[in-house]
Amino acid sequence: MNQTTATAPDGSGAQLELVDVVKKYPGQSRPAVDGLSLTVPAGQTVMFVGPSGCGKTTSLKMINRLIEPTSGQILIDGEDITGQDATQLRRSIGYVIQGGGLLPHMSVAENIGLVPGLLGWDKARTKGRVEELLEMVGLDPAVYRDRFPRELSGGQQQRVGVARGLAADPPVILMDEPFGAVDPITRQRLQDELMSIQEELQKTIVCVTHDIDEAIKLGDQILILREGAEIAQYGAPEEILAAPADDFVADFIGSGSKLKQLSLLRVGDLPLSQPQTCRVGESVDEVVRRVEAAGERSVVILDAQNRPKEYLFLRSLKRHQTVPVFSHELQTVVDQRSTLSDALDAMLVSSHGGAMVTGGSRGDYLGVISYDTVTEHIRTLQTQTGQIRAVPSAGWEAS
Amino acid sequence: MRQLLSRTAGLSREDKGLLCGLPIFVLTVLAGWVVWRLTADLDSIEARLITAGNITQMTWDHVQIVVVSSVLVVGLAVPLGTLLTRPALRFFSPPVMAVANAGQAAPVIGVLVLLALIIGFGFGTAVLALSLYAFLPVLANTITGMRGVDQAVVEAARGMGMSSWQVLLRVELPMALPVIMTGVRTSLVLLVGAGAFATFIDAGGLGTLIQTGIIMFRYPILVSGAIFVALLALMVEWVGRILELFLKPKGLA
Repeated sequence: MNQTTATAPDGSGAQLELVDVVKKYPGQSRPAVDGLSLTVPAGQTVMFVGPSGCGKTTSLKMINRLIEPTSGQILIDGEDITGQDATQLRRSIGYVIQGGGLLPHMSVAENIGLVPGLLGWDKARTKGRVEELLEMVGLDPAVYRDRFPRELSGGQQQRVGVARGLAADPPVILMDEPFGAVDPITRQRLQDELMSIQEELQKTIVCVTHDIDEAIKLGDQILILREGAEIAQYGAPEEILAAPADDFVADFIGSGSKLKQLSLLRVGDLPLSQPQTCRVGESVDEVVRRVEAAGERSVVILDAQNRPKEYLFLRSLKRHQTVPVFSHELQTVVDQRSTLSDALDAMLVSSHGGAMVTGGSRGDYLGVISYDTVTEHIRTLQTQTGQIRAVPSAGWEAS
Repeated sequence: MRQLLSRTAGLSREDKGLLCGLPIFVLTVLAGWVVWRLTADLDSIEARLITAGNITQMTWDHVQIVVVSSVLVVGLAVPLGTLLTRPALRFFSPPVMAVANAGQAAPVIGVLVLLALIIGFGFGTAVLALSLYAFLPVLANTITGMRGVDQAVVEAARGMGMSSWQVLLRVELPMALPVIMTGVRTSLVLLVGAGAFATFIDAGGLGTLIQTGIIMFRYPILVSGAIFVALLALMVEWVGRILELFLKPKGLA
């Protein structure tokens, strides 16, 4: 996502280096991790993928020493952490796990404020940080601060889990299957949010996943491991998709790897259409007149904060006097950073053959991406290059 | 009171019923007994023994024995149970459980008398014997409760950078507390019942009424003693339930 560390903000990522790290369990002939060496550049997201039992989670947990390495060095910012006090070390490394791993007897605010509390921050500073983080992960502090984990949905718990991992502003964040326990649509949204947070914070993130699509979407680098945490291939998603190192990697990324490149293309890379919009509270008669004058049959409804609330056919709207408030969760909205494959998923549940696109941290409405635009784009790419080629990710930052 | 009401929100109907019903039942029986005492035709021995002052004194003795024993039990069984769930000491838990089982299985009256013969009569011996007897429920529930704590949550807490002590005090114990409290409640009720034997080793309590009633063939005395032991057990059970409600960490279902 970022190529330089020169512009990195304060508190951004640190370089992480694993040197010949071994984990051998007593009574097992083969080490679980057999001499893993790896450098993760500062501020990048590295995805660990591989079949189950390949040692990817073990490798991750050795970085915060939840599992003690048998031998080898782990360096953060050039400093070997294998000799440090493990408890102190963990306070300086973010940790996000599947399902959020929230402490059920603590409120959302207490969960997020846990590490700052351990680090001895004063109450006011912790409170301010909690509010900031809740905003960042899209949860209204006034509503969610005092709730308990069991009063939250799976996606909300996971959001709090991410906020907790970020709480003390650690340079390195470890994620263990962070979005494995939520439904596909929530997962996609959480991935988008993580990407926009990461764009801003530029942490060094190590993330374990079994989902190659997630790895392609989130990773600056992907590390594909086989048994014993042996590196099968380590490189940018584009490189791995374009040139799998061997049959193992090719099998792992799957035969649909051409289609998987849809996961490399971002919605923001494509032109958006601008159908008619209206605001909550407007008079329906006026809206209908305006939309029909434009020769369209449906309208995007925005709220006062310019966020899309619904995409409706006029005939459904005509039942109301003024444009009503819609409060249900929309499944047909994608972020401009979403991949085309996410956008196609969203289109499947839309009755308009298109998905609404938002951008920015507050989810401002940008336009609509239509199925035709996507297929058209794929066709031009194919005729240009004979196969779908990845667009450099810098492209959408400029757009 | 409002806090109490808000805490009862998640309870089953049965639990809510017991919470209100127990004190009402106890007060009703107590009122019935008072009416009987005021109207019954008692001989001089009965009248002298069954007085408000006498019964209050015996109840107070009884409560003291129960409270001291339960503090001793909780103070020893919870730390011991916690120790036995630490990985390094886990192997030690079967033999300790066997001893605790034996403690409960042995007839409490036998233990009481034997201990009295060895270390002397009185309050201290009664407390010791009763503690042995009521040790098992708290120990067993501590072990069960601690083992039942979701290991993923414990690992998350360690991953956040909590020390072992912090994980124990701020995560494991609070999460195991509901199960531990159920054991404490069971122990309390056992203690009230078994506390009636304390009179045999000169440690007082409501058992004195029962014993006197039997020896002197005075059924009003015997039955009064039995009624008060039963009412005390019910009230202790009720207090245990209230404690459980207030001590249970809020976020737990």
